[in-house]
Amino acid sequence: MARAISKKNKIINSLIAWTIGLIIFFPILWIIILSFKTEGDAIRSPIAVIFSNWTFENYFVVQDRSDYFKHFYNSVFIAFGSTFLGILIAVPASWSMAFVPSKRTRGILLWMLSTKMLPAVGVLYPIYILFIALGILDSRVGLVVVLMLMNLPIIVWMLYTYFREIPEEILEASRIDGAGLREEILFVLTPMALPGIASTVLLNIILAWNEAFWTLNLTAAKAAPLTAFIASYSSPEGLFYAKLSAASVMAIAPILIMGWFSQKQLVRGLTFGAVK
Amino acid sequence: MSWIQLKNVSKKFDDLEIIPPLNLEIKDGEFVVFVGPSGCGKSTLLRLIAGLEDVSSGQIFINGEDATEVSPAKRKLAMVFQSYALYPHMTVRKNISFPLRMAGVSNAEQVKKVDDAAKVLNLSEYLDRKPGQLSGGQRQRVAIGRAIVREPQAFLFDEPLSNLDAALRVGMRVEISELHKRLATTMIYVTHDQVEAMTMADKIVVLQNGKIEQVGSPLDLYRSPINTFVASFIGSPKMNIIEGVQASKHRSESIGIRPEHISISDTNGTWEGTIGVSEQLGSDTFFHVKCQFQDQSITVRAVGGLELAYGQTVFLTPDQKHLHRFDKSGLRIK
Repeated sequence: MARAISKKNKIINSLIAWTIGLIIFFPILWIIILSFKTEGDAIRSPIAVIFSNWTFENYFVVQDRSDYFKHFYNSVFIAFGSTFLGILIAVPASWSMAFVPSKRTRGILLWMLSTKMLPAVGVLYPIYILFIALGILDSRVGLVVVLMLMNLPIIVWMLYTYFREIPEEILEASRIDGAGLREEILFVLTPMALPGIASTVLLNIILAWNEAFWTLNLTAAKAAPLTAFIASYSSPEGLFYAKLSAASVMAIAPILIMGWFSQKQLVRGLTFGAVK
Repeated sequence: MSWIQLKNVSKKFDDLEIIPPLNLEIKDGEFVVFVGPSGCGKSTLLRLIAGLEDVSSGQIFINGEDATEVSPAKRKLAMVFQSYALYPHMTVRKNISFPLRMAGVSNAEQVKKVDDAAKVLNLSEYLDRKPGQLSGGQRQRVAIGRAIVREPQAFLFDEPLSNLDAALRVGMRVEISELHKRLATTMIYVTHDQVEAMTMADKIVVLQNGKIEQVGSPLDLYRSPINTFVASFIGSPKMNIIEGVQASKHRSESIGIRPEHISISDTNGTWEGTIGVSEQLGSDTFFHVKCQFQDQSITVRAVGGLELAYGQTVFLTPDQKHLHRFDKSGLRIK
């Protein structure tokens, strides 16, 4: 039975929730507002900012100066590429850990996760040297590989958790029905784990899209994604508030829109298995 | 058509021996039921035959060919699981045709075979539904449909009726028996329900702790149980096992007598006792009679709706012809 909540409490709870939501959203809202102001207006008092004139000028300037679409293409390539590669490796890996576990499976999973606890900067130097040696510094392929490796533990863990929810008898039934390993994964496991795989893909795209440490350190011009595009507007000198805001809006808009449309899938995937 | 032979087959999980080496032969077209209490290894034995578990030692022969190392996909067996194990993302039609698709059967033939199976199993109008939209009985029928379309060498059933309600279970029991008569294919059926075993089997294999206690036809087991375990496991209500003075009178450690082989009277008889709980079934009445020489009450079957009051003194007379005698280790004395 649902817990009874009085109308007064409902209103108070809603107000608190809205306030917290607005506080969290405020910086993004402010960036959006600033992006439509001139540099001069952008540094005035908040009230003055809101009542000053609106302009699209920053967006044109930013596109002219930094070629947004080149960075956008790089971001898409890196985020989707690293996710695709990660899923390709993680599906069979998670399958074997979920359905043919050995005594060391748990240890391997924990070890994989422990690599996420390592500060990234600790391995920056060796990876940087490696990238130079391999000639993949400032290349999209290099970033795809490094981001895939960074997110692989999360992908494997998420898929492992989803796969564990699938009753093994169904996979056994497919084996008896004559399915080989390839058919079992392709026709039975993957379609059943689709909500889980979809939310893993979405989350990984978001993580890779927003990743700034490796993308900033391992790129210069050629492979620079949107994170580098924003960073190029943060400067200790000069008036760049409005342009920085416009650049930020342009960088976060695609992922924000994607997240908005897929939020149902994301939430469903992330809570998959919580209630059986 | 196939016969299956297990030679010294054993199964260990780590160091724990679930099934000690055993031998068993299942003839072509036979309906064999593995029965035993939970944890007796009956499902494991079925999974070994299916190839879902590897044997720790021994060999499994299907049609005379060594199938011990053959993958489940290539054993040409069909299995029906307790949980039905249907593919939830596929329609009933796709579920049933899945094994055909895996075998590379042409689309036209798939459609024909699925339609035929659906007709037999009364599933024709549900072919476009997903398993989630079906009742338990319908799901079980889909699972059976998936098994029959591929015309397997043998059917394996792993407690297929456990998830159904009592009325549906009786219906499905008859349907599976009819299916066996019609197809005349070897069937191996695992259950913990001895009523299912008795009513369906040509041959029953009674298991305890991974060991085969007795193999035989339902009536063989009922009439001549090899030991006290089989005696009390087969038959419902179970056989009364009586120890102590009454058993020594028959020069045995314990004696067994089935409820229908004891007559009850309120005037005279061999054993005196008082009526405890009575279960009225209409056609029969089962009385639980408390006797001084026995801690457990003795179950007696009386035909018809005989009415005796709780606490009333009665006299029981066992039919000497149907008395089973067992020795110290529980084995039958011939």
